[in-house]
Amino acid sequence: MNLQFGQIAPSLPYILGGLWVTLQFTLLSAFFGFLWGAILSLFKISNIAILKWFGIVYTSVFRGTPLILQLAIIYFATPQLMGYDIPALQAGVIAFALNSAAYISETIRAGILAVDKGQREAAMSLGVPYRRMMLDIIMPQAFKNILPALVNESIALLKESALVSTIGVADLLRRANIVSAQTFLYFEPLLFVGLVYYLLVMSLTWAARGLERRLRVSD
Amino acid sequence: MIKVKQVSKSFGKLEVLHSVSVEIAKGEVVALIGPSGSGKSTLLRCMNLLETPTKGKVYINNKEITSPKTDIMKVRQNVGMVFQHFHLFPHMTVIENMMYAPVKVKNMAKETAYQKATELLKRVGLSEKADVYPSRLSGGQKQRVAIARSLAMEPEIMLFDEPTSALDPEMVKEVLDVIKSLAHTGITMVIVTHEMGFAREVADRVCFLDGGRLVEEASPGEFFAKPKSERLKKFLEKVL
Repeated sequence: MNLQFGQIAPSLPYILGGLWVTLQFTLLSAFFGFLWGAILSLFKISNIAILKWFGIVYTSVFRGTPLILQLAIIYFATPQLMGYDIPALQAGVIAFALNSAAYISETIRAGILAVDKGQREAAMSLGVPYRRMMLDIIMPQAFKNILPALVNESIALLKESALVSTIGVADLLRRANIVSAQTFLYFEPLLFVGLVYYLLVMSLTWAARGLERRLRVSD
Repeated sequence: MIKVKQVSKSFGKLEVLHSVSVEIAKGEVVALIGPSGSGKSTLLRCMNLLETPTKGKVYINNKEITSPKTDIMKVRQNVGMVFQHFHLFPHMTVIENMMYAPVKVKNMAKETAYQKATELLKRVGLSEKADVYPSRLSGGQKQRVAIARSLAMEPEIMLFDEPTSALDPEMVKEVLDVIKSLAHTGITMVIVTHEMGFAREVADRVCFLDGGRLVEEASPGEFFAKPKSERLKKFLEKVL
């Protein structure tokens, strides 16, 4: 075995430049995915048949096909269908957000259903309208319970963001591959980005722990 | 004030209320009594439409609340409800629990709501608990806060659904005392309870339900001393 980390040292800043790219995809996707997932979860628990049905079909389609396929369709098929040359960032964020919303909506739905129905009745008996009740009473309690599951989903998003390397975006993984091709060294750059991903996930985990601790003050 | 007209309620095939009619005057205190499954809680919950009657009508202040045209949220602001299991909002402190609906629903100014909540807390003897989360309170304290939370909306009507049934015996009195202090202050009260002594002492009228029907109603003196129906006699023999 003959590792030559010294040889890739000059390329490390270039690889690290992908950090921002990866984070950008992850944060935007997580934000929109959560928002859309929350709306979908409300569709699923609503009494309006068409919304409910939409939520269920939506989830089955986006969970039932590979993410990389969804990404490819959005990136490559959009220009063909609509003549709009979709930027990779947009395509990536749309694909990830649409996909993770399917998963998140199930998590949030479960979280909402797990909140004691007495909370709903108490809010109703005080005359609190549905929207306010959901935002101020039900969602905060549901959120606290599903936080670990949401952290899981964010971690998955962070790692899945590496798929954008397939549509030509220079994220962490893609940059490592480029350095490999230039230096004919594979193990070193790949191991290095592996470490970067791992550290990112760890800091996310720690941040989530802190948030969870803060939410537990009412226990 | 409250008029229940031939209300029936079915859950699937099970009919829990059968054509019940009751009229409750302003300021009156009415106790609903009966065995488990007699429909007394369901009847109470029909009065703020937490249950929608299958048949019949409910009026509050001469307004038919069972009509689809009625803004039930508006009506509920005027009808407080206290539950067996309190249902305080666990993620809010005591004072936040009490200020939430007045500020967010009634658009009361924060300072006014705060003052009002503080006064009410004092009235239920829990001033020192204002900034505590519900998880730190005993059952009796939780129920007193729940009562104060309802009162913060300044309702004309208060509905109590077995307010002491989930409490340790030693905490029952502190809650009943708070409820007693509200009676005959102008607020109309309907109380589902198993506390016979309390019903006798506080209520102006006692209603006995059995099998989804209103079997008998009378003033407490008459109700407990001279029950008319066999069913009520039997029931009282068991519980007194």
